[in-house]
Amino acid sequence: MRRFDYQRVHTVEAAVRAAQARQAAQFIAGGTNMVDYMTLDVVQPRSLIDINPLREQLSGIDANAQRLRLGALVRMSQAEDHPRIRSDYPVIQQSLLLAASRQIRNMASLGGNVLQRTRCEYFRETSWPCNRRAPGSGCAALEGVNRQHAVLGTSEQCIAAYPGDFAQALIALDAFVETIGADKGARRFPFAQLHRMPGNTPDIENTLAPGELITGFEVPAGPWTQRSCYVKVRDRQSYQFALASAAVALHIEGGRVRVARIALGGVASVPWRAHDAEAVLRNGMLDEELAQKAAKAAFANAHPRPQNRFKVPLGQQALIRALLEARAMVVS
Amino acid sequence: MILRVNGQAHAVSVDPRTTLLDALRDHIGLTGTKKGCGHGQCGACTVHMDGARVLSCMSFALMAEGHEVTTIEGLAKPGGALDPMQQAFIDHDAFQCGYCTPGQIMAAIACVREGHARTADEIREYMSGNLCRCAAYPNIVAAIEQAAKRS
Repeated sequence: MRRFDYQRVHTVEAAVRAAQARQAAQFIAGGTNMVDYMTLDVVQPRSLIDINPLREQLSGIDANAQRLRLGALVRMSQAEDHPRIRSDYPVIQQSLLLAASRQIRNMASLGGNVLQRTRCEYFRETSWPCNRRAPGSGCAALEGVNRQHAVLGTSEQCIAAYPGDFAQALIALDAFVETIGADKGARRFPFAQLHRMPGNTPDIENTLAPGELITGFEVPAGPWTQRSCYVKVRDRQSYQFALASAAVALHIEGGRVRVARIALGGVASVPWRAHDAEAVLRNGMLDEELAQKAAKAAFANAHPRPQNRFKVPLGQQALIRALLEARAMVVS
Repeated sequence: MILRVNGQAHAVSVDPRTTLLDALRDHIGLTGTKKGCGHGQCGACTVHMDGARVLSCMSFALMAEGHEVTTIEGLAKPGGALDPMQQAFIDHDAFQCGYCTPGQIMAAIACVREGHARTADEIREYMSGNLCRCAAYPNIVAAIEQAAKRS
């Protein structure tokens, strides 16, 4: 591992100042992604800014009738165990519970979780060409082992999949992300605007400015938030990233879909909102046939690679299952 | 820096790159915690940080400053009486080579304390972060069921 200098900060302002004062500075909270990639020499921060002391200010969970607020330093397990999240936003709880292992969830912060990087084996192993890790070097996955890679939102520069689960719940529920940085101060914007598809610059994964710190998330409540679920399909029963997953939230009146929110994981380069599938469902009577139509629309523009063609039917089935499970839920 | 482990303060001088795991094993000499993968994928390095189970290979030692770390060595009573979970693992032959065992026991104690050991299925799900290449899983689950009942 390369050398870095380490400091702990005790206020948000100090965190922003510390990042501004240093080149190649990285915030660290749980470290469950960061330490792994530093050990692999995939990321090389020259400076680590430990923001764990900001816990007091940034680890609140606050739910009222209008919205759910989550501090960026809420640990995944803290949110997973929260009774209000389980009852009112089940898709959020399930997206956390089905991720990683409990040990990792005890360490990992929500803010760090959404910024986690791809598990592409060519990204993770520095001897391979990788446009995301080393811009312009090429993409070894295109003609390599690409079973786990994305079928949506890719480019000829990068076909890596976004591996996270929690982000799917956030993007499906139209969440907002709150940040603070030296350049723009405090700002708030739709979570859907946080991640960037690879395009020609796969090394630029998000829209954060250098040294900008995520401070929290806000999820608007609605008649769809309770009738929601997360279905995750993987090779193993647990402790593995998704081959395909679906986060779904529905408002159904008399069998008719009034509101549909859908996000797909494991199959796309970024957290993926399935607008086309939502449009198919809107005002329709939700049955298996309509769910299949929606699933077909969700993957209409999929671009499979030689080893991941199965992700299209698998992703469709995951979505259909999630829709029918959400429909069957008993909500108050 | 001062690392508090099993109720004792240890003064150590570490490179910032030293993980908590390496500090425990190489600097303090507590080799009960194992390095199975070094990448947060196997759970053999599981310790408790302020009572919560965490992966010591995925954290820098510096970040543990100010926290209470508990390792497998910290479980037995001063007289040598084993923690009920340790005894349960013996009673149910829940290990073969023993390499994953300290991590399993640390994770299992926390699993019960979290309230996630109510059924065998729940135990399997909440213990999924601890791999055992000798496949002692059925006996591990039985041991945890026993300890959970008695706690």
